[in-house]
Amino acid sequence: MKEYMKHSTAGENSGKLQRLCRSGDFVVTAELGPPKGNNPLIVEKKASYLAGFVDAVNVTDNQTAIVRMSSIATAALLVRMGIEPVMQMVTRDRNRIAAQSDILGAAALGIKNVLCLSGDHQMFGNHPFCKGVYDIDSIQLVSILRTMRDEGVFPDTGEKIDGAPDLFIGAADAPFSDPVEYRPYRLRKKIDAGAQFIQTQCIYDVKAFREYMRRVRDLGIHEKCFIIGGVMPLKSLAMARYMQQNVPGIVIPESFFRCLASAPGGKAGDEGIKICCDIISELRETDGISGIHVMAVEWEHRVPEIIDKCGLLPRPLV
Amino acid sequence: MIIAREKKLEDIYSLTSSYQKIMIVGCAGCTAVCLAGGHQEVVRFKEELSLYMKKHGTEAALKGYTVERQCEPIFIFELVERMRNIDAIVSMGCGAGTQLLAEKFDDIPVFPALDTIFVGISRETGLYEENCRSCGDCQLGYTGGICPVTRCAKGIFNGPCGGSTNGRCEVDPDIPCAWCQIYERLKKQNRIENMYAIRRPMQWKNQNPGILIQKGFKKQ
Repeated sequence: MKEYMKHSTAGENSGKLQRLCRSGDFVVTAELGPPKGNNPLIVEKKASYLAGFVDAVNVTDNQTAIVRMSSIATAALLVRMGIEPVMQMVTRDRNRIAAQSDILGAAALGIKNVLCLSGDHQMFGNHPFCKGVYDIDSIQLVSILRTMRDEGVFPDTGEKIDGAPDLFIGAADAPFSDPVEYRPYRLRKKIDAGAQFIQTQCIYDVKAFREYMRRVRDLGIHEKCFIIGGVMPLKSLAMARYMQQNVPGIVIPESFFRCLASAPGGKAGDEGIKICCDIISELRETDGISGIHVMAVEWEHRVPEIIDKCGLLPRPLV
Repeated sequence: MIIAREKKLEDIYSLTSSYQKIMIVGCAGCTAVCLAGGHQEVVRFKEELSLYMKKHGTEAALKGYTVERQCEPIFIFELVERMRNIDAIVSMGCGAGTQLLAEKFDDIPVFPALDTIFVGISRETGLYEENCRSCGDCQLGYTGGICPVTRCAKGIFNGPCGGSTNGRCEVDPDIPCAWCQIYERLKKQNRIENMYAIRRPMQWKNQNPGILIQKGFKKQ
């Protein structure tokens, strides 16, 4: 039994993702990027591709610092559709007042899972000279949410909350960012702060990831949280090159480049999906991994195919 | 030391073009040391502004004078006589110096010629590095003497974030990741446990205009 379960305060209102994790199922989550506009139909269309194929859907929070429909509103639309969201929340755009306020609002709208992130730096987005907030960092956000939930108070003052949010608290993990030797310890900090589930940066080099997981297990971290491995299907050779060169913490093995390069015209995407499925199979056999998180950017409609090919269907009903 | 850099000439011109008798005030303190606003810069800037004005069909009598430190009242008194008949002041001091001039000569408009950008280290003459944001709650004791508020692009307290590659910050590969540096420094000093403990949210104490009364202060 996960050590975390022994002291978890998860109540009857806990969500599907938490229940599945706790029952030992291999969970499947996917990602949905909100639209650059106010049209709920776009959200519904993207979500319809994922409904029934995944256990929960991550809603990104102005990812790459580009303004989009808010993650709270998008997540609430998913709740309305009967799809369980994992609401991502970045500390780039909100101080601790806004963060706590948004969490109370999200909980009122039926959102049960929150992924705490610092967020992509504002200079990468479409408002590069806006003021980044960073009043708190992701680990501090995790800690604030745990205090709100478990102690029912606002952390800075100890003032009682009239209706504390029952949340499944998550955080991200970047196993391959520098300094690599420190990464398991930083993960431990996130767990110590209160993170119950972890979604990792995209994994391509499974061998390196398994070595990382060995170190994570040596620290006993996998006993205290649910680690969900992140995967992202490569759509093309160009995408693989871009990721390798521009995204920190992404290591793509040389053999994948060869596979993508040798795929017949227009078929690189299929090859990318095959690679993705192979990675998922290996992750399923990695000790300490509780599930996978599929980040198919603007490729949500290919997610069912990936899940199906990996033999992860049907998803359990809980 | 306070580091500043000169604003664009066109911006200073647009602020001052309607005045006829302009005094440019340099500072022999920080802004002189960082080559932004000392005597030499005042002489050069006076020449440049004069030429720019002529080119744009305006003219003004420009004077220049550099005080020892623009941020100390004692050094401002010598300006009093020189400000007779002056209708605008351009400061080549830092933001504090500019504000002291504006306070002392509050019937004359004061315009900044510099942007005060940071508190930093002088690596070489003409090469400066930002090291302090004057946050009011110094973290250096925990972080191996490297400031996360200033040197980390996100200013986080439990770094490094996922954006570090080869010890560099994702925001700019020329900038080292402060938290990678902190990690290495603490490891070298056998203080790596500092990286294992969660740093609680910062108490941002410098959000109101600061006033400091030191122990050595004696009311005169």
